Amino acid sequence: MPDSDTLAYDDRPADSVGLVTPHVVKFETPLPLACGKTLPEYELIYETYGTLNAERSNAVLICHALSGHHHAAGYHTAEDRKPGWWDAHIGPGKSIDTNRFFVVSLNNLGGCHGSTGPASHNPDTGRQWGPDFPVVTVSDWVTSQARLADHLGIERWAAAVGGSLGGMQVLQWTITYPERVANAVVIAATPRLSAQNIAFNEVARQAIRSDPEFFDGWYAEHDTVPKRGLKLARMVGHITYLSEDAMGSKFGRDLRSDDLSFGFDVEFQVESYLRYQGDTFSTAFDANTYLLMTKALDYFDPAASCDGDLACALAPAQCPFLIVSFTTDWRFPPSRSRELVDALTRAGKSVSYANIESPHGHDAFLLPEPRYQALFSAFMGRVAREQHIDAAGAEETR
Amino acid sequence: MRTDLELIYDWVPQGAHILDLACGDGVLLERLAQEKGVTGYGLEIDPDGITQCVARGVNVIEHNLDDGLSSFCDNSYDQVIMTQALQALRRPDKMLDEMLRVAEEGIITFPNFAYWRHRIHLGLRGYMPVSKSLPHAWYDTPNIHLSTFNDFEHLCKEKGLVIVDRAVGVGDHKGHWTSKWWPNLFGEIAIFRVRRRA
Repeated sequence: MPDSDTLAYDDRPADSVGLVTPHVVKFETPLPLACGKTLPEYELIYETYGTLNAERSNAVLICHALSGHHHAAGYHTAEDRKPGWWDAHIGPGKSIDTNRFFVVSLNNLGGCHGSTGPASHNPDTGRQWGPDFPVVTVSDWVTSQARLADHLGIERWAAAVGGSLGGMQVLQWTITYPERVANAVVIAATPRLSAQNIAFNEVARQAIRSDPEFFDGWYAEHDTVPKRGLKLARMVGHITYLSEDAMGSKFGRDLRSDDLSFGFDVEFQVESYLRYQGDTFSTAFDANTYLLMTKALDYFDPAASCDGDLACALAPAQCPFLIVSFTTDWRFPPSRSRELVDALTRAGKSVSYANIESPHGHDAFLLPEPRYQALFSAFMGRVAREQHIDAAGAEETR
Repeated sequence: MRTDLELIYDWVPQGAHILDLACGDGVLLERLAQEKGVTGYGLEIDPDGITQCVARGVNVIEHNLDDGLSSFCDNSYDQVIMTQALQALRRPDKMLDEMLRVAEEGIITFPNFAYWRHRIHLGLRGYMPVSKSLPHAWYDTPNIHLSTFNDFEHLCKEKGLVIVDRAVGVGDHKGHWTSKWWPNLFGEIAIFRVRRRA
């Protein structure tokens, strides 16, 4: 039984979980997927923060977004410059307080950070999965996450928490395994993608697939990476993560040099920023994974099974929900969260909703913001009280 | 709890499914849930109020009441309560319609502008009243539709609504006998329970 992954790390900030080591678990029971195929075996990589209590009642599942992964908090080495992607909200005394909760964060199937995905070995062919890796859905992820919960001996999550695509997984949890989720936190998400959302995803996919170095997904066998495609995909995606205001205040029309060059090199600061973001991403992320993740987004539509009636689709859910949106998020705007809230109230579910004022667009869900933190902490504090989780036990192990 | 909330508490039936418009910190909903098994949602726009509701475990939805209640279906609640918000709405009359579309019964409280202290302020001293129930100055008040006990009764009559109950609050009390006899003069806070005509 894994205990806390967090080790003593003297230099860490007081509210950091410190150094963490990921675990890999192999599942040998085949996993039937929504697409009709079956994954014969697979591995999931995950991290944990905090300590699982004796009642196993304090576990919190973190579901990641499009380009996220298992490393949500803390540091892998003392030299790491940046902590995990949700370090602002996970740690001692933070919204998801690791003095109280045992936090589990994994990399989803199809990912490129250590869980089985397109870059993994395909036992049937002996080559890499590459583009043969089956298209996985949010439902498939949730099934695999439930198996991880079984492996960890967690019968029921005190809370399942996620932003963006992560929020969709949380929603699916409450539908597929209602008895295994005591609370659900769905942040900056949507009950299904709009035509515009799908359109942006398609542009990203086309950017990747039309890169001559993509080789129909077999780029690894050609010893290359479709960097240009990935870079473009990320650049277009990144625009949708920021708000117009945030971009305006960060870059405005600022130029890198004093004069216009009347050419097509980088001139405006915003161009430089996007290219940098794209370049960084293109060497760190797998193209086939990006295609899969955007498909999982596009396909997610729980209401489809109920003739478009979301309230009907959410009927199985049993837990209280916290739904959060951000005022300047235009990727999954507040109105989409409100759709979800309205479906939940129509279904008579326990739900609270807040629309947080933030200039940061969709990315706001990743960032610290006083109101967001106060609200998130209030909800998680309530979760702890309801589940009779106190900080004392966990405190001793730190 | 605030005086008007104490009164309302008694008017909400056991196990009712309710909406509490402008629910503030959620104290009414919390007590109703704990003591009367009441379910439902509070609507609130103030960030601190919303956080306090969440901390209490009260269901709260961030919502601007001036946007109406179109996201709530006809007859989907037993009661809709709105405390101390009527006077701050752009169209209080339309909200009244909305409340009684969503539920058969509504409970409304608002500051009675005809309260004797307010009358003295305005009538004798010549200033817009500032009091415990109307704490703002004229220029920064959110209360844009001030009305009186009588005004509201008149509106209900015009709309053909049945006034099931009415009461007043004065300061921290439920009101002296004088406020029962002359609510428009001695009631600081007007409290109405209204229904659609069957």
